[in-house]
Amino acid sequence: MKPAINTLEVVVRSLCATVMAVLLMACGEQSAPESEQTTETQPAVEAQSAESKELVVYSARNEHLIKPLFDRFTEQTGININFITDKEGPLLTRLKAEGENSPADLLITVDAGNLWHAAQEGVLAATESEVLEARVPAHLQDEENRWYAVSIRARTMIYNTDKVNAEELSTYEALAGEDWNGRLCLRTSKKVYNQSLVATMIASMGEQEAEQIVSGWVGNLASDPFSNDTKVMEAIAAGQCDVGIVNTYYYGRLMKQNPELPLAIFWPNQEGGGFDQRGVHINVSGAGVTSASKNKAEALQFIEWMAGNEAQTIMMELNQEYPVSAETTLTEELAAWGRFKADSINVAKAGELQADAVKLMDRVGYK
Amino acid sequence: MTELSANPPEVSSADGYQQSRQSKPLQTLIRWIGVLTVLLAITPILVIAASWGSDQSDVWQHLIETQLFSLLRNTIVLVLGVTFGVVTLGVSLAWLTVMCEFPGRRFFDWALMLPLAMPAYVLAFVVLGVFDFGGPIQGLLQGIIGEDYRYVDVRSEGTVIVVLALVFYPYVYMLARSAFLSQSSDVIEAARVLGASRWEVFFQVALPMARPAIIAGASLAIMETLADFGAVAVFNYDTFTTAIYKSWFGLFNIQAAAQLASLLLLFVALALFAEKSARGNRRYTQSGKKLHRFRHPLIGLRGYLASAYAWLVLLIAFLLPVIVLLQWVWQEGFAAVDARYFGLLSRTLLLGAIAAVLTIVMALMVAFGRQQTRGGLRSFYDLGTLGYAMPGSVLAVGIMLSFAFIDRNLLVPLYDWMAIETKHLLVGSVLGLLAAYWVRFLAVAHGPVDASLQSIKHTIPEAARSLGASSWDTFWHVYLPMLRPGLLTALVLVFVDVMKEMPATLLLRPFGWDTLAIRVYEMTSEGEWQRAALPALTLVLIGLLPVIQALRQSAR
Repeated sequence: MKPAINTLEVVVRSLCATVMAVLLMACGEQSAPESEQTTETQPAVEAQSAESKELVVYSARNEHLIKPLFDRFTEQTGININFITDKEGPLLTRLKAEGENSPADLLITVDAGNLWHAAQEGVLAATESEVLEARVPAHLQDEENRWYAVSIRARTMIYNTDKVNAEELSTYEALAGEDWNGRLCLRTSKKVYNQSLVATMIASMGEQEAEQIVSGWVGNLASDPFSNDTKVMEAIAAGQCDVGIVNTYYYGRLMKQNPELPLAIFWPNQEGGGFDQRGVHINVSGAGVTSASKNKAEALQFIEWMAGNEAQTIMMELNQEYPVSAETTLTEELAAWGRFKADSINVAKAGELQADAVKLMDRVGYK
Repeated sequence: MTELSANPPEVSSADGYQQSRQSKPLQTLIRWIGVLTVLLAITPILVIAASWGSDQSDVWQHLIETQLFSLLRNTIVLVLGVTFGVVTLGVSLAWLTVMCEFPGRRFFDWALMLPLAMPAYVLAFVVLGVFDFGGPIQGLLQGIIGEDYRYVDVRSEGTVIVVLALVFYPYVYMLARSAFLSQSSDVIEAARVLGASRWEVFFQVALPMARPAIIAGASLAIMETLADFGAVAVFNYDTFTTAIYKSWFGLFNIQAAAQLASLLLLFVALALFAEKSARGNRRYTQSGKKLHRFRHPLIGLRGYLASAYAWLVLLIAFLLPVIVLLQWVWQEGFAAVDARYFGLLSRTLLLGAIAAVLTIVMALMVAFGRQQTRGGLRSFYDLGTLGYAMPGSVLAVGIMLSFAFIDRNLLVPLYDWMAIETKHLLVGSVLGLLAAYWVRFLAVAHGPVDASLQSIKHTIPEAARSLGASSWDTFWHVYLPMLRPGLLTALVLVFVDVMKEMPATLLLRPFGWDTLAIRVYEMTSEGEWQRAALPALTLVLIGLLPVIQALRQSAR
């Protein structure tokens, strides 16, 4: 028994020592940002010089898709950016719970629905910016200017070039027709991208008609809905189905890895009458200044910078997302996919009708 | 054959005696810390249960009309399937490695714990990638069979169950293993001498004696299954947790999501309560005799079969995903191994180590407190472990909301009163994050700690006390050595779980405190699985260290 106790004591003691060392280290590391925070809370007199400024961002846009932008912004303006990333739901809940104590100056999301919801919850502040009014089209921003889109994500059709002729394709709605029985692949309805798509369908054609279309899709599925867009495309390439609906940047990423895949983009809803020609469904990544922010001017400055050509180009290169402003030149890669007409419905509609869309998809058994 | 270890009736009076003897300041302190710990762990649950104050009948109406019953059915099937799977795998493997001798036994003894380090969604993704329609296996089969080959859809209920069972069986394996290890061969030999066959010994002696440990392991697996979202999402298999997230993210209704989550907890509470009452007042103590072990040799074919069985489990649950991850890391190159990567690594280790030690200490206090309490009050202690069954993000939000409440109503007024400008809040601090970890993982630590505390016959510490040892001596020289296997198991489990933890880390981490798990989240949520491979593989490899250490410690 005796030696066992000794080893145990050694283990316990070394653990205790580690913990002590680690706690001290943690305190040491923590004190660094603390000193910065003290400068942040200094009165506004000093704030004229932007160097001492610091912004806090809650971002649902993931680190590798946002950090390069933060770095560039800091380089140019001297405004330092602290951030955490998470899903929109938890970030919004935290923002709400923290209330006016929240350290956050900006909320960045990757879909319009959540921006709309954040504005509804009252955590975003109304702003005024001539730059943003000029750069961001009216349908890509909040009516009360509580948020602005900073990039566009197009959700379009992908087809198997060995099995489908592009002329057979026309609209999202046409995929509900009998021709496509057993040939369609879709991602799960739990993904917000599909919820937005159906929400804008409800907005443009009414709930009844949208329900018929989605129900037709479900009837045409070749396989249970997939968990992500890449899986949808892989299934199309492998011949499990012929056509699917995905975001363009997933297509770009997959083709970069494997250029031989028999896949091509089709831009639906470009011509015809009524809602047939409403254009490709788009969603946005966007940002808003929080109500709790004590640095609203700098926060707005950041959004303005994001809408500028440099940031727009970085986002095109980082993740093949489309620029919000028509003035920004497309990168070669994006231009190669062809020009398309985008749906000009206000993206806030996607948020407003998202719950209806989810319920609709539940009703028709779209999993 | 619990009678073998159950206490004779007159012992209960000795229990009372023990209690009166132990009302010393140290014990009182421990008890109060235990109570406070449990209270803190219960708060997030209460915050979530408070959602019933709002009327969400339209969401409920919608769920009842559309999905609720299929979701309940799926959840029940999943829980039953995974329970069966983890108990079968965990107990049989633990029995083989502890009680039998077969080729490779010494290797499997520790190797079979490895799948614990594998996040469930990673295995799910890999299994799907390898066995699905466009994957290599079916492609190969089609190549061999030709046109007649009919694709098998692996995105099925059965596959989900198998995947989760393979990931969660180590909980049962580790707990059953330490239970079998602490069983004296004497009891088993006695049973054999009395004419019991090997199977009878297993089912009627060893298994009942290991019951608290097996139940504790299975409960953890069940709670993980209920809370799992990542793995079921890969298969697009809808469970109760799916409905919770759908209400929150899809319907923008966090109140309804919280109501659903608290309902889930109610089921878990009822199930645990049912098990506790079925177990009754039986106690599972061991004789204090010196243990010795005789391993039954499995000769010839039987030995190789045992070996093949262990290989198969290890292959699918661990080697296959590791090989796939390695392949991805290779494809991506090692450019990502930079200063930032080592920063992620050190913070992950740091948080894991501190949180593990803190959580074990808390769990020990809770277990001692629980042991010294009788009757109905004991269930109070069990409440503290319920949160584990809640989907991670929901519990994380519950924790965040209770911390934000403390910030708003306690810390901020306090700072204002003291006229301090810089306000350090709990939300977003290292302390807050650590507190969140032990709230979340108290259940994980509690299982093994409580199970091993229960197996100490109370006459042993009493003897020490009557021989003049102080309570400190008793704790240090009697309890701690006897609790060692349980404590080490708990330490490993919590360490690995904290490192893998995502939702609470995401929501509560201080700026810049990204961990490997955060990196995995960032990549996988954008579908960049290849780039997630390096941090995921690192997590798996770090997970090996404590496993190996624990084994060296508990090997006899």
